[in-house]
Order: sequence, then C-alpha cells, then structure tokens
Amino acid sequence: MRIGIPRESKPGETLVAATPATAAQLIKLGYEVVIEAGAGGSADQPDDAYTAAGATLADPATVWSSDVVAKVNAPSDDEIARLQPGTVLVSMMAPGRSPELVEKLRAAGVTALALDAVPRISRAQALDVLSSMANVAGYRAVVEAAHAFGRQFTGQVTAAGKVPPARIFVVGAGVAGLAAIGAAGSMGAVVRAFDVRPEVAEQVKSMGADFVFVEMEQEVSSDGYAKEMTAEQEAATAAMYDAEARAADIVITTALIPGRPAPKLITAETVAAMKPGSVIVDMAAANGGNVEGTVTDDKVVTANKVTIIGYTDLASRLAGQTSQLYGTNIVNLMKLLTPAKDGELVLDLDDVVQRGMTVAKDGELLWPPPAVQVSAAPAAAVAAVPAKEPPKPKDPRRRLYWAGLGAVLFMVLAAYSPAVLLNHFTVFVLAVFVGYYVISNVAHALHTPLMSETNAISGIILVGGILQIGSENTLVTVLAVVAVLVASINIFGGFLVTLRMLEMFRKD
Amino acid sequence: MTDFLSSDTLSGLVQGAYIVAGVLFILALAGLSKHETAKRGNVFGMTGMALALVATLVLAARNAAILPDQRPFAITLTLIVVAMLIGGSIGAWRARTVEMTQMPELVAMLHSFVGLAAVLVGYNSYFEPGAADEGSLAAIHSAEVFLGVFIGAVTFTGSIVAYLKLSARMKSSPLVLPARHLLNLLILIVSAGLMVWFMADHSDNAIIPLLIMTALALFLGFHLVAAIGGGDMPVVVSMLNSYSGWAAAAAGFMLSNDLLIITGSLVGASGAILSYIMCRAMNRSFISVILGGFGSDGAVTGEVKDYGEHRETNAEEVAELLANARKVVITPGYGMAVAQAQYPVAEMTSKLRARGVDVRFGIHPVAGRLPGHMNVLLAEAKVPYDIVLEMDEINPDFPDTDVVLVIGANDTVNPAANEDPSSPIAGMPVLEVWNAHDVIVFKRSMATGYAGVQNPLFFRENSRMLFGDAKERVDDIVRALG
Repeated sequence: MRIGIPRESKPGETLVAATPATAAQLIKLGYEVVIEAGAGGSADQPDDAYTAAGATLADPATVWSSDVVAKVNAPSDDEIARLQPGTVLVSMMAPGRSPELVEKLRAAGVTALALDAVPRISRAQALDVLSSMANVAGYRAVVEAAHAFGRQFTGQVTAAGKVPPARIFVVGAGVAGLAAIGAAGSMGAVVRAFDVRPEVAEQVKSMGADFVFVEMEQEVSSDGYAKEMTAEQEAATAAMYDAEARAADIVITTALIPGRPAPKLITAETVAAMKPGSVIVDMAAANGGNVEGTVTDDKVVTANKVTIIGYTDLASRLAGQTSQLYGTNIVNLMKLLTPAKDGELVLDLDDVVQRGMTVAKDGELLWPPPAVQVSAAPAAAVAAVPAKEPPKPKDPRRRLYWAGLGAVLFMVLAAYSPAVLLNHFTVFVLAVFVGYYVISNVAHALHTPLMSETNAISGIILVGGILQIGSENTLVTVLAVVAVLVASINIFGGFLVTLRMLEMFRKD
Repeated sequence: MTDFLSSDTLSGLVQGAYIVAGVLFILALAGLSKHETAKRGNVFGMTGMALALVATLVLAARNAAILPDQRPFAITLTLIVVAMLIGGSIGAWRARTVEMTQMPELVAMLHSFVGLAAVLVGYNSYFEPGAADEGSLAAIHSAEVFLGVFIGAVTFTGSIVAYLKLSARMKSSPLVLPARHLLNLLILIVSAGLMVWFMADHSDNAIIPLLIMTALALFLGFHLVAAIGGGDMPVVVSMLNSYSGWAAAAAGFMLSNDLLIITGSLVGASGAILSYIMCRAMNRSFISVILGGFGSDGAVTGEVKDYGEHRETNAEEVAELLANARKVVITPGYGMAVAQAQYPVAEMTSKLRARGVDVRFGIHPVAGRLPGHMNVLLAEAKVPYDIVLEMDEINPDFPDTDVVLVIGANDTVNPAANEDPSSPIAGMPVLEVWNAHDVIVFKRSMATGYAGVQNPLFFRENSRMLFGDAKERVDDIVRALG
C-alpha cells in the first residue's frame, strides 16, 4: 500500500508528518512512501534526504490519491474533496471539538484516524501525539518566556550585586507542565507548580519543583486527564492562583479539559496585580486560554507591562524536533496497524486503541468511541487487613514482683548453703554483672575480635588441668594432660588471632 | 624451699596473683570497646594469662610438696610443659594460617576445646574430689561436677556441629527430627533425675549416672545445633561462646577456683550479650532461634506474588554511575565473604575515594556468619575502619546517597521487613538502601535469601541487578574505572 505525505496547507505550519528517518521506517514496514515536493522544507528536511531514504517525490494529486494519507493538521475542505472513499486519513482532528469536520469526513467515506484521540493507556503512549507535542511545547513555552522576560532565570551573587532567581509558577502538571518545570528548573529558576490531581505531586517534586497544595478534598483522576472542579473547590483554588501568580515572575498555564473550552484560571484582576515585566505563557490559548486577556496566536502587553503570550504553535516552533516525534508516532501507529509487516493496513476495531482513535469508517460515524476506563492513578489503598490484636504490654511491675520473689527465694536458699559456696557465688554474680557492663560497651565492629579474645581467656580452664596432672592416678593424669593440651590451643590460638585481627584495623 | 612452698604466704600470693589476673581479663575486654584501645586490651589479656599460669605452676609445686598421693613435681612439670608446647604450637599455627573468611569456623572449633576441657576437668574432679568430700559439701561438689560436665559436653558437640556446618562439611540446612522439642525436653528431665541419683550415691556406682548423662548431653549438643540453619549461625556461635564461659565457671565452682569463676562469668556474659544483640537484629526471640531456623515450621512457603520485572545492568554502566556519584554506600553480606570479594571491593573503594567520591560501608549486625565478621574482612582488605559504619549510623544517610552497592546481602536489605506486616521477617531492622537514588544489587541469581523470603527491593524502580560472581563483577568494575 502507498502512504502519502502532503505538504501542510495551514498558513505558517512548519511541521511535516514524516522525516526521512521515519519514512525509512515506514518503508521497512512494507509500504511505499510518496512525499509532496517541499513538504519538509520548513522543518529543515530537504527533498533529496527523503529520496535518499527510499521515498518518492510526487505531485499533490498522487499524494492525495494514496491508500493512506498522513498529515499533521486536520484536512481543509479542499483537501477532503481530494480524498477518495476508502482512503485512510491519519492526522490530528480534535474530533471532540469539531463535529462538522467529523461529519464531512464521514460523508467523504474515508477511514479517519485521529492521532489526538488516542486513549491514555500505557500501551498507546507510543502513538500519542498529544504527549510528544506537549513535551516540546512545554520546553518552548519556557524559551518564549525567557525571551520576553527582562532578566536572567538563575540567581547569582556578582561583584555588581546580587541577582535573585526568577520565580516560575506552572499550572497543570501534565506532559507540557512537567516539561516546562524541567526546562525552567535547569535554567536556574525557582519553580512552583499546581495541579488539580494531587497524585502528581510526586512527579512535580521529582522534577525539582515545589508542589502547591490547596487544603481541601481532591478527586483522583480515573481517565488520566484532569477534570473540571466543583464550584466549591474552584473558590478555594482561585485564591491560591491569585496569590501564586502575584508572587511569580513567570506564569505558565497548561490547564486543558478534553472536549471543552479551557478553564479561566488567572483573572484580569490578578494579571493587573502582577509585577511589571512579568510574563505569562498561556499554553491553553488554542482552546480559549486559561488567562483573561490572552489573545490566541499573539503576544500582548498589558497596561502594567505584563506580557501575555498566546502562541498555539509552540511545538511547531521547534519544527525539526516535533516533526521527528510526530513522524515516530505515525510509525508506531502503522506498526500497530500492520501486524504482518507486509505493507497491508489492517484496522481492528476490537482493539481499544484503534477503536478509540477511529472517527469514521466507510461512511459510518464512529465518534465518540465507547469510554475506556484507565487507571492512571493507583486505586485507593485497600483497607488494611484487620491487624492482629497487639499483645498487651506486660505490666512492668509484674517483672519487679518476680525479681523480688527470686531474690527472696535465693536468700532462703543461701541461708542453708555452706559458706564456701556462698563466697564463690558472690564472685560469680559480681563477675557476671561486671561482664555485662563491660561487654555492652564493645563496638559492633570489634565483635569478632571479642569472640576470639574470650576464646583465649576461657582457656583459663587450663588452670584446673595443671593442678590435676600431679595426681598419682594415671587416668586422671592422662585426662588432665589432654585438657591442658586443648586449653593451650585456645589460649595461644585465641590471643594470637586476636592480635592478628587488631593489627588489620587501621584508620586513614 | 619446702617451708616456703607450704607456708600460708604462698597461698595468699597465689590468690593475689589470681585476683590481679582477673582484673587484667576485665581490662582486656574493656579495651575492646574502642579500636584505639583494643590492642592494649589484648596485651592485658596475655599478661593476665601469663600471671595466672605462673601462679598455677607454683601452686602445683606446692601441691606436689604437701599433698599425699602426688607424683614428683619434675614429672608433673615435664608433662605440663610438653602438653602446653604441643597445644600452643597448634594454636599458634592455626592463628597464623587461618583465612579471615574462616574465622567463624576457628571460633567454633575453639569453643569445642573449652567444652572438652571442661568435661575432662569435671571427670578428674569426680575422681579426685580433694578436700570437700564430707556431707552436704560432697553433695554440692557432686552437683557442681555434674553441671560442669553437662554444660561442657553440650558445648563440645554443639561447637563441633557448628564448625562442620560453617566449614560446609555438613549440610547447613536444619536437621528436623520428629518431636525434636519433646526429645530435648526429655533429655533435660532425664539428666535432672540422673543428677539427683549422682548427688545421693557416694559409692563407686556414681560413675554410672555421670556417664549416661555425658552421653545424653553430647547428643543434646549435637541435636540442638544440627536443628539450626546456616543463617542463624551468628547467634549459635555466640550462644556457644556463652556456654563455653559457663562451663569454665562451673569448673571454677568444682575446683573452688575464683579465677575460673570470674573468667567463665565474663565469657558467659559476653556470649549472652552477643546472642541477644544478634537476635534483636533479626527481630527474633532467642528461644525461637535455639529451637530451629526459619521455615522449619512450614509457615514460609514460596509465596507466589507478582513483584513485577527486575532490571539488569552491566559492570560498565555501574562503573560510570559510580564515577559520577557524590556519595556511595556499600552494604556487604555473607555473599561477599563466600566470593572472597573483599579485596576487589577495597580496591574499588580506594579508586573511587581517589576520585573524590565519598564511599562508606553500612554493616548490618547479622551480616556474615559471626558477629562483626564483615568488619574483620574489610579490615583485612585494608579498608579504613572509620568509613565502616553500623546500621543505625548509616540508615538516616540513605536518602542523600546517590548509589548503594548491595554485595551478597539479601534479607538484611529487604524492604518487606518494614512494609509488609505479613512477611516472615516483618519488624526486623534492615538497611534502608531503597531510599537511595540508585541501588545496584550484586547477586548470583534471583533466588531468595536465607529466610526464603522474596525481596521486593529487586523489583523497585531504582534497583538494578548485576548478576554473576561478586568478585568477578567487582573486578570488572575496577577495570572499567581504569
């Protein structure tokens, strides 16, 4: 089958749906790839690089009559007219927000696959263009902000005085928000971030930013996207937005709700209270913007010298990079659609990923798809198994009673014992206690030498043997000699090996 | 000469020497509290021993002169010197040649000698009771002999089994006989009965209960230790250390010798404390260790639980990670001793330190097969002791650590001990290595550790496995560091 890559018709669009590198990968899958001449020009991908990669240059008619047409932006009416029924169209379509486009595609009888409607499940991430483009856009948003901001991001102490670091507040810790946090942080700024999903706080912290908490109940997202908040939540959060934005030098907003206009988070009042020279980058400008006063696709400066950037083409401003990522997303999609790697496209509508992105097929409307429940966040911890009743701590007094009882018994026993035994017992008890306190002080590291040292001194039992050797009873003498012999092994072996070990311990 | 030998002055002199020797022994153990004073402590110990020996020889000469039924002192002295020369040279030879990885075996063997000596001295004391053979004193002396022989015999065979297990001449898995607890109890009860018989019987037949008890005690020692698995050996060895001390103390009672009592008590207390420390480090009661190893009650089965995937890495990657790290902690375990990896580990450490990397060691109290075993191995490989820290000292530092190398340790770094209340090792204090940024686990395979518990550490996102022989892998890293 043939895949056609047309030149984007949207004015100012710099992206292209395939780079030479991704075209080569498509060819590997068994497809024939035709490129409209000059398609990659704005993304610094010259035509001869495509031909070198094995693709063919073609006129628009050939490209649009391919079996598969892959592009970036949603097709214009002219372009839809050029499509033949049965053609597979792959592009971004924003099907949720453009019902008339979906209807036109259905009427044209094409199979329309929306790359921006991929279900948010782990398996589908490799083809999710929203993630890959948001990542680039987040980075670019910081670059645009730095460009408009009149100071450095990083704090310094110089001979010419102290430079405080820029303070950046990022709203929304999705892919774009996290990318912005990372970029701003590595440029030296102090970054704070907020998201209505408290479960992303850990990700925010891992990027080196502080997470701003609003003290109230939050919902755990079940579909991987943020939800619109209740009015009550909104009131509490609004105060936080106001305070954070006033304190910040740069605000980057990325809050989007799928299929609906972006929520207004930063009011005109807040903007008016921000410091002169501050910069706001409204990454939700395409959907109406999070900031009051955002002009879509433009940069405006308010009366109090706050710059509001409403560019919607942030990703396109890094055309080469974004095209490569977008192209790779398409390659990953085609891998999914070409299980046999034979250049034959097979659409399996039982697969949730493929079903989720299919908007129309054979004149039939397939949008919206059945809901896919994904668990982006771990389910709330299952209630712990009822723990065993902890054993009741013993009454410390009971121990005391037992000890007292033991002492009394011992004294009674002692009263009937011969004096010699009691003398020995005195020595014994005192020695045990001395031993207890002395040994308790021994360093952990010296426990092995301690054992060999005690081995050596317990060889003192040799004393008993020595005193018995002199007996005229031969059996006693023999046993005593053996006892002396083994005890000497202990004494000499123990002391010498202790010495050897202690010699080894050294300090730097 | 004979006058002096029989005078009371001499008797007092000997007693005085014994007291001084006892004090020197206490100082010897006290010296071991710090590295700086440890060597001096050892010298005190040797001095005390020399003093005690000389005093005892004088006492033997006095006995030869004044007691009846004694051989000429010349013969006695020759026998003593010959026996000590043989024993001393064997001891010196072992001390000089023993590998530091074999220290547990040596210590266990030395325990068995004390046990054997206690048995022999006990029998002799029975044959030659000396002065105290009248009435209640005789009965008490009998009891002392009986107890001394009992403890000595248990120590003797127990230590031999520990030695065989540690030197891998005997399978280290626990030996499980049917009704083994009952068997042990039965032996104790029968022995108590035999003791009553032995104390009451003053005829020549008294040797019978003594012999039967000796046989029973020898079996008990064997059976007790055979039922304990390899990983509990630190506790067993310190327990036997304690027993050997009590055996010596019992000998002191039967011989009316305070020096023996003092020394035996010191050693007994020392071993008991070490056992207690080891048990606490494993979060297990002393009784449960003595009565058998992990898994012996069948509670720990190979539970099937999905922990996810582990990730592998290679020596080059680890070398790069280490070279770029600021803080590195190495937590060795018995596996390092088995692989003899302490030398390459020390070399790697010095290379990293030369590059300005802060390398330290974290030692779990039960790492290895002997209390303090890892410290000795690292010292042998010339790792400075001031970078070798205890578990409690190093645990707060893990969150600030870039890389942790887990070399041959498993249960001592298992997060399940803290996080999974149903785990068999729940509550055991462990090295919290998972708090570090990256954890590299050196391991032969994915097999479980001694406790038979799967280690979720291996499946953590910040863990990577480096499979193979620890020594070879560390050598690879040293080469890669160049």
